[in-house]
Amino acid sequence: MKNIGSKLIAWIDERYDLTPVRNLLEHKKVPVHKHSIWYYMGGVTLFLFMIQLFTGILLLLYYRPGEDSAYESVRFIVTNVKFGWLIRNVHSWSANLLVLFAFIHMFSVFFSKAYEKPRELTWVTGFIILIFTLAFGFSGYLLPWNELAFFATKVGTDIVGVIPIIGEPLKVFLRGGEDVTGATLSRFFGIHVAVLPAIFTFFLALHLLFIQRQGMHEPEHFKNLPEEKKKYIPFFPDFALKDLLLWVVVFNVLIFLALYFPWELGNKADAFTPAPAGIRPEWYFMFMFQSLKLLPAHIIFIEGELLGILFFGVAGFVWMLIPYIKIKNKPNWKIQPLALIGIIIVSFIVVMTVLGYLL
Amino acid sequence: MRKRFYYIIICLITSLSLFGFNLSDKNEDKAKAGKKEDHCITCHKEMENMPKDFSENNVHLHANLTCASCHGGDPNSADQESAMNPAKGFIGIPKRKDIPKLCGKCHSNIDYMRTYQPRIATDQVEQYYTSMHGKKLLAGDENVAECTSCHTAHNIMPVKDPRSTVYKLNIPNTCNKCHGNTDMMKKYNLPGNPLEEYTKSVHGEALLKNKDLGAPACNDCHGNHGAMPPGITSISHVCGICHASNMEYFNSSKMAKVFQEQDFHGCEQCHGNHAIQKPNDNMIGDDKESKCNDCHSKGDAGFDASVKIKGLLVNLKNKYDDANAKYLEVKQKGMNDVEIGFLLQDAKQALIQSRTLIHTFDTAKVGTRTDDGIGISEKASVLAQKEIDEYYTRRNGFAAATFAFLIFAVALYFKIKEKNIKKKVG
Repeated sequence: MKNIGSKLIAWIDERYDLTPVRNLLEHKKVPVHKHSIWYYMGGVTLFLFMIQLFTGILLLLYYRPGEDSAYESVRFIVTNVKFGWLIRNVHSWSANLLVLFAFIHMFSVFFSKAYEKPRELTWVTGFIILIFTLAFGFSGYLLPWNELAFFATKVGTDIVGVIPIIGEPLKVFLRGGEDVTGATLSRFFGIHVAVLPAIFTFFLALHLLFIQRQGMHEPEHFKNLPEEKKKYIPFFPDFALKDLLLWVVVFNVLIFLALYFPWELGNKADAFTPAPAGIRPEWYFMFMFQSLKLLPAHIIFIEGELLGILFFGVAGFVWMLIPYIKIKNKPNWKIQPLALIGIIIVSFIVVMTVLGYLL
Repeated sequence: MRKRFYYIIICLITSLSLFGFNLSDKNEDKAKAGKKEDHCITCHKEMENMPKDFSENNVHLHANLTCASCHGGDPNSADQESAMNPAKGFIGIPKRKDIPKLCGKCHSNIDYMRTYQPRIATDQVEQYYTSMHGKKLLAGDENVAECTSCHTAHNIMPVKDPRSTVYKLNIPNTCNKCHGNTDMMKKYNLPGNPLEEYTKSVHGEALLKNKDLGAPACNDCHGNHGAMPPGITSISHVCGICHASNMEYFNSSKMAKVFQEQDFHGCEQCHGNHAIQKPNDNMIGDDKESKCNDCHSKGDAGFDASVKIKGLLVNLKNKYDDANAKYLEVKQKGMNDVEIGFLLQDAKQALIQSRTLIHTFDTAKVGTRTDDGIGISEKASVLAQKEIDEYYTRRNGFAAATFAFLIFAVALYFKIKEKNIKKKVG
């Protein structure tokens, strides 16, 4: 077996010269230190994205967008299609874990300051990928055309409509009309399976290319260490094997969740029924939703909701540009200002999300 | 200049608001003047001599009728002698035998009654005189019920008002005022416990306990103004108002003729009347409770048919119960139960229809329907079993996958360890 593998590589090598690939694999190394665990988060996120791609394509074989067919086709997938229940539940669970790991990955990069020069663009592309991941989540949530998704999309697109000048046209564009209808479903489907994957893949390729080009980030204290004390492991096969081990565990957890905590389909969406109780967005939008809910109707003379949306917009933009913002370290401070900002942001997200589910 | 302007404005507002108050006062006075004082009520209240059952919610009072509308006299006069002068039509307390006619003065007059309700019935008095109550009253029996016995005299409310004595939920107790009086009923050779029996019956439970207004009260079987016990010929029609298929099957069966010949009381013969219970499958066949055994005995064709029908029903019931138990397990396991649920609805329908078809006394007709039900139940059972099996297959599959992943993970772990050792040695 090994022989066949070597022969195949030799055959390709002879024709296409694999030296650059071999060099990359041989030379790429990963620093070893007490925070090495965070290096795996990006890999898990990438793995979950691949699962999304695979299960998404399988769902596409049976899913039929449309007011009269979307819900029915998803029900058919989970009830009649062989392993359909598994594929749909893995897709739903993996989507949620993907967002979770993307957030963990982002904050681990933030706290280890891995975004600093020369990796600014890796951070920027990563942030863009996160925004598109959330867009994937928002557009995919509507596709089963169930009651909860229908009303959550209504509320979500209503929020978009609050933005001055572009809000209303953008809302109409997203909905494909004044209201959430079958037209909205069609375009959300198009966005989810064609537009987003294309843009996402482009930025993901860039993101990965930057990482390959620049190698793994080394922590602050490595700079002061003598060369012989710096520990590394080769990316291939050592780090890759550990990555694989984690992926196997994550995959097993994923099918456990899919089997024991299947994603509910609920009732079919009906625009004429009153909104059911407990309409809430997906958990990853909850902190923003809850903040907007807690804001007073008017702050000075501006609408509270509008101010909240503008705040999140500006905050997101500033967050994306964080590698270009210089914040000086305070030698006397126990926690440095930047870390403090990070802690405040994480606490804010956690508290608001919890409040969203409790209130 | 500005001061003067403000002064004028304040004066204007004050005078306008005063004018407004004045207007509303005048309107109230006008309204009071329109409604003349009813001296009957004023004096009788003062003397604390009001009828015991008098209620301000009386429908007649709300329709602007006065005491004099029924009792005659002049309500505008404050003088007792003038107000209660027979020359002015005063009749005092009407005699019982006159009450139906007194009420009928208005209630039998469609031209008058339609001014209140365009679709109101005006044949109550006419119907009343066809009833046993009415006939006996005409014959001079003053113990029987007339209008006020059920509707009261001074607390009359619309039928749909829950406070009314003739509101559906209150009817059994209203009738029981007389029909529960054993001594009184003895004179008429009637049992004095119909309410007691009715309360325990399937109808009584539905109406009185479950407040199901669709369930029959006394008047639904006996009629109201034309109240009579249903006769032998009409009893299946009375029950058939609600139990239409049962009536149709029975009337077109061989048994209907025999019942008529034998003077049997149709439905009542097997099901009873006031104490009617929810039927069960033991009412046929060779069981002790079997009603068929009242006339049939072992060896005759009727007995055999009864045993056969019972067998068919029990078979379907068992198959249905079996499928239903599996269905509940599927539901509890969170598997796909939609299709099974639909099938079981059909099976239940087949069971209900088979039980209804008993009234044809035809084993072939019952058998065809029970066969349908058994087929559907078995199909549901197979589907449910498939879902239950699938539930365990998924879990076993997960266990197998986890085991495979575990082996793979352990192998990977050792591979990584081996590499580390080699490196250290190297």
